[in-house]
Amino acid sequence: MILTAIAVLGFSGLPVCLFSSRSLAGQRIATLLMFLGGVIGLCGIAVSLNDVLPVALCVSWFLPWGQFAITIDAISVMFLMPVFVVPMLGSIYGLKYWKQSEHPENGRRLVFFYGLLAGSMALVVVAHDAVLFLIAWEIMALAAYFAATAEDDNPEVCRAGWVYLIATHVGTLCLIAMFALWRHATSSFALNPVHTIPAEIAGTIFVLSLIGFGFKAGIMPLHIWLPGAHANAPSHVSAVMSGVMLKMGVYGIVRITALLDVSAVWWGCAVLILGAVTGIAGIAFAISQNDIKRILAYSSIENIGIIMIGLGLALLGRALNQPIWIILGLGGSLLHIWNHSLFKSLLFFNAGAVIHASRTRDIDQMGGLAKLMPRTMILFVIGAVAICALPPLNGFAGEWLIYSGLFHTLGIGGGTGFPVAGIAAVALAMIGAMAVACFVKMLGTVFLGTARCKSAEHPHCPHDPSAGMMWPMAVLAFGCVCIGFFPMIAGKMLDDAVRVWAGLPEQTTSITTVAPLGWITKMSIAFILLAGIIAFALKRLVKTRVVSEAGTWDCGYTQPSSRVQYTGSSFGQTLVSLFGFILWPKIHWPRVRGFFPKTANFKNIIPDTVLDRLIMPLFNVAGRYLPSLRVLQQGQTHFYVLYILIIVIVLLICGTIGVK
Amino acid sequence: MVDKLIHILLLLTMPPLLLGIINKTKAWFAGRNGPPVLQAYYDIIKLMRKGMVISRTTTWVFIAGPIVTLATVLLAGMLMPISRFNAPISFAGDLILFAYLFGLARFFTTAAALDTGSPFEGMGAAREVTFACLSEPALFFTLLVLAKVSGSLTLNNMLHCPAGAFSVAMAAPLVLVSIGLFIVLLAETCRIPVDDPNTHLELTMIHEVMVLDHSGPLFGIILYSASMKLFILGAVLLHIISPFQTKTIWMNWPLFIMEMFGLAIVIGIVESVMARLRMRHIPYLLISALLFCGFGFILLVRYYQ
Repeated sequence: MILTAIAVLGFSGLPVCLFSSRSLAGQRIATLLMFLGGVIGLCGIAVSLNDVLPVALCVSWFLPWGQFAITIDAISVMFLMPVFVVPMLGSIYGLKYWKQSEHPENGRRLVFFYGLLAGSMALVVVAHDAVLFLIAWEIMALAAYFAATAEDDNPEVCRAGWVYLIATHVGTLCLIAMFALWRHATSSFALNPVHTIPAEIAGTIFVLSLIGFGFKAGIMPLHIWLPGAHANAPSHVSAVMSGVMLKMGVYGIVRITALLDVSAVWWGCAVLILGAVTGIAGIAFAISQNDIKRILAYSSIENIGIIMIGLGLALLGRALNQPIWIILGLGGSLLHIWNHSLFKSLLFFNAGAVIHASRTRDIDQMGGLAKLMPRTMILFVIGAVAICALPPLNGFAGEWLIYSGLFHTLGIGGGTGFPVAGIAAVALAMIGAMAVACFVKMLGTVFLGTARCKSAEHPHCPHDPSAGMMWPMAVLAFGCVCIGFFPMIAGKMLDDAVRVWAGLPEQTTSITTVAPLGWITKMSIAFILLAGIIAFALKRLVKTRVVSEAGTWDCGYTQPSSRVQYTGSSFGQTLVSLFGFILWPKIHWPRVRGFFPKTANFKNIIPDTVLDRLIMPLFNVAGRYLPSLRVLQQGQTHFYVLYILIIVIVLLICGTIGVK
Repeated sequence: MVDKLIHILLLLTMPPLLLGIINKTKAWFAGRNGPPVLQAYYDIIKLMRKGMVISRTTTWVFIAGPIVTLATVLLAGMLMPISRFNAPISFAGDLILFAYLFGLARFFTTAAALDTGSPFEGMGAAREVTFACLSEPALFFTLLVLAKVSGSLTLNNMLHCPAGAFSVAMAAPLVLVSIGLFIVLLAETCRIPVDDPNTHLELTMIHEVMVLDHSGPLFGIILYSASMKLFILGAVLLHIISPFQTKTIWMNWPLFIMEMFGLAIVIGIVESVMARLRMRHIPYLLISALLFCGFGFILLVRYYQ
């Protein structure tokens, strides 16, 4: 059933090619197919919950290596959930957001690759063979490229697309090396668990997978492609990329660590440190940005950091033989994967609606949208509270598990533990506080206050988007609330996945007994009741009082304008300077001279430290000094074949010498 | 049962009294008579009986701010044990909920401030979220130290460490942590040297400036929840700095109340003898709190290895 779903998703875009470039019918059929695919997939998951996992299927194919081997186990199921849910909702959203009739030049291409992206991601998750995995991985990477660069007449989009393409292929290169090593160590391309593998080879495979998958997931120094690609893609594509595709990188790391039964303490420590660095740096960059979608993209990096912290804890637990750490760490991190795919897609859809309404991505130009788009704003508040991991929504449930696990490393309940890991809890607390800063800034500058510039005032009267865009957001918000109030509904699936990952026996304690998730439900309901009672009492109280309206207190200024409001940049200014050692802001101060100074400009740009300060200059230097090598590149095919021949001969000679 | 009722009663009624004591202490230092000790109650009751003026710019977020704050603070108060008595609600991992409830309050308070569209309130909100990025990690270092010392993940057990269980080696981390926590308390409850509740210049305020536009019952709720926050954080600090208990169980209630008064007087003294720091120096103070708590944790970990 899941396979059918994958096929339907993957080829949902085909019919659109048969229709003319302005007709809506093709897009409608494609959306219907996506919807069908998603529903079939979800039904498949529901059925498979009762089956004994893993379900395996193996067909040999015409390629000389590998085979078409597919296995669906509990880990795949965890990752399949978002793959089926988010693209399905995204395509419904896209029906109104990216109307075929309004985008005749690229609409068909977008729909086609969008479906292909969804299908290939599902295939990545279930592939049980390295070759099949790599094929699916590459289809996914390319489909994402073509979907994200739909507006390729815009130079900025093109640049972002190039950076993405290069980054993803460097990552794939690492993966090819890794799987070659895998083949060497296990003498098969099949992704079966291995027990007898030398520690240093296992370590190399682990590091290669961390780099290769890290490019896709956006772990901190490897995140370079992420902000640009997410910002420039159409919003529903950004939602799928951020909500689901980044998780494929995480899936790769989870899968490889599940297969490699050996694990050392340094693996866990490395992932923990990477996670903490990614989280803090990611959210620091998010605060410093003013482009609504770049903020969300950097915040995805931050969330990947949180997921990595959980995974690192689980790796530590496996190395030190502490099942509770594994259960809480991996369980929390898998739950956070679900949560992030829900609230981040919600926020990207929301950003799409805002951009649609205000025709700009710069939040400093917006403001006061709450009055014009009240329902969009409520959904944004839900998404923002959830992403800041605040109770009573789903973000809190996931992070709470990770926190509990980190506190367990102190050696609670006996044993010396590994208390240094507790510092990750402090990093997580800092990430949490900074996330609040980031999303309050977004909420405040986009929706609250008054419109900041004329164009945001009433260019074409911004309003709530139509139902077709509203419903997908509402469904996602409902998911956030559901998991927030009743996190135990995910309990069984989490337990199964953790067991598969760590090879724990069937009767290991389940996540619901280690962490009292029932209390989260009780406290969430208590909070809502309490707030409701206070609100009700207040309403009764002011019923008899005079409630009058007036302008905001202007502190004595006679003519305050909407321009005096705090902007997003000013809101984050202190934090940006506190984190200046990571962000390296480029600030251009105006010089005020004389009694009647001329008009001056203040400019504050925060470029991406890794991409714009390190890699681009490096490429520029390479571009300046390496053209002399162009001699080799004549554009004549037979010369290239000659090069291949020469290299093969050289390799042959080296090989023969090496053997002797 | 009776203990739980007393707990709730104290939580609901005592907090504004602390504000009165702090102000009385400050007045005594300044050689004034000062407002009556019960002034905060009068203020809150007076505000509750007034009407409201609401800015035209605002939305529902503006009203949700105070309501959510009061609800979260009340819930946090239920999680926190007082003196030797158990908290009404307790479960493994409640310490994280305790910390995050304050985060939820911060989200809605600052959003409500930005809702008015006033530059000053935006300023206050920006400062509030910025300083929280430093005080939150300090708080978590404290929680880590307490969890390690007590070997438990419930606030009840963490804060109820019997005095006899302390070795000298544990005392040093706890001293460091309590210094850090005291600074966090001053910052979170808008006290000098971080913030001055009595200043008249909006430019220099943090908490007070965020609520400039709230009036009547809404402002009453804000005052009340602020004092309750002071009460709760103060009670946490008291658990660490004075784990003394009397043999007679009921005597612990009056003892706790006296200790709380003592803490209020100490805060009053700090406020009287110090000037407010310049705004740009506040991060340094908070970083020092973070360092105190961090070194406390490292000392403790070192001890156990």
